[in-house]
Amino acid sequence: MAQELETKDAGNVVRSNGETRPAALTFTPAVDIFEKGETTVIIADMPGVAFDGVDVTLERQVLTLRGTLKPRASEGYRRISSEYREGDYLRVFTLSDEIDQAKINAEFKNGVLRLELPRTAKTQPKKISVNAA
Amino acid sequence: MLQTNYSPWGFNDPFADMRRLQGTMNQLFDSGRSAERSGTYPFVNFWAGQDSIVMSAELPGLAEQDIELTVKDKMISIRGTYPEPETGDDVTWHRRERPAGSFLRSIELPFRIETDHIDARFENGVLIVEMQRPEADKPKKIQIKSS
Repeated sequence: MAQELETKDAGNVVRSNGETRPAALTFTPAVDIFEKGETTVIIADMPGVAFDGVDVTLERQVLTLRGTLKPRASEGYRRISSEYREGDYLRVFTLSDEIDQAKINAEFKNGVLRLELPRTAKTQPKKISVNAA
Repeated sequence: MLQTNYSPWGFNDPFADMRRLQGTMNQLFDSGRSAERSGTYPFVNFWAGQDSIVMSAELPGLAEQDIELTVKDKMISIRGTYPEPETGDDVTWHRRERPAGSFLRSIELPFRIETDHIDARFENGVLIVEMQRPEADKPKKIQIKSS
C-alpha cells in the first residue's frame, strides 16, 4: 500500500510567487497503484521525459518519483496553439509496508515509469494456526 | 471592466467574496492540465515552423503500433487504444488515474496536407507530427520593379 504525501511544492502546477512561468512547471503525474501478490506496483505517466531524466528515491518509507523534462529543440518554431503544457513531474508517497529494497524493479518505457516494490518476508501476512486445546 | 475606487458598499462589499471566488476558479481552470475535464482527447499543441506545422500530443503508455495516424485533405486524425490494465484474481487496485480505453480525434488544418510530406515520430510517450506546407500554399516573394 502506498499513501500519497503532499509536498509543499507539488501542487498541480507549481508557481513561484504567483507568476506563470511556463519554463518551470511541475506536474503531478497520473498514477496507477495496485498490489499483485506480494508486490506493490506503481505506474506513473511522465510523457516527454527521457530515460535518464527519471529519478526514483526511496528513503525509509518515503518514495519520491521525479521526472525531468528533456527540452525539445524548438528553435525556429513558434507556438501557435496550446492545449496542454509541458513540465517536470513530481510525486511523493509513503509506503506502509517494508519494501525489500534490493528487489525493487524499475522500468521506463514510452514515457511511463513502472515500479515493482516487493514486500519483505517479515511484513507478509503470517498464518497462525490455532490448536485445539 | 473598468476598475474604479468607488465602492458603494464601503468596506463591506457583499460581492467581494464572490469576485474573489470567481478569480480563484478562473485561476484553477486556467492552470494545470485539464485532461479529465473535457471530451477531447488527446490534447494537442501546434507549432509553426518555417515551412511546416508541427503537432504534438502526449500519449504515455502507448507504443508506435498502438497509434493510427490518418490524413485526408485538410483533416488529420489520431486514433489509438491504451493497453488493458492488469487483471487477475490477485490484483488489488488502489488507484487508477491513468487514461484507458480508446480515443479518436480529428483536427482540421488550414491547408491541405500531402501525405508524402509528413514526418511522424513517437518519443518518450509524445507524438510529434511535422507536416510540410504544400508549395502552392507557401508565401511567395514578389519582385517589385522600378518603372
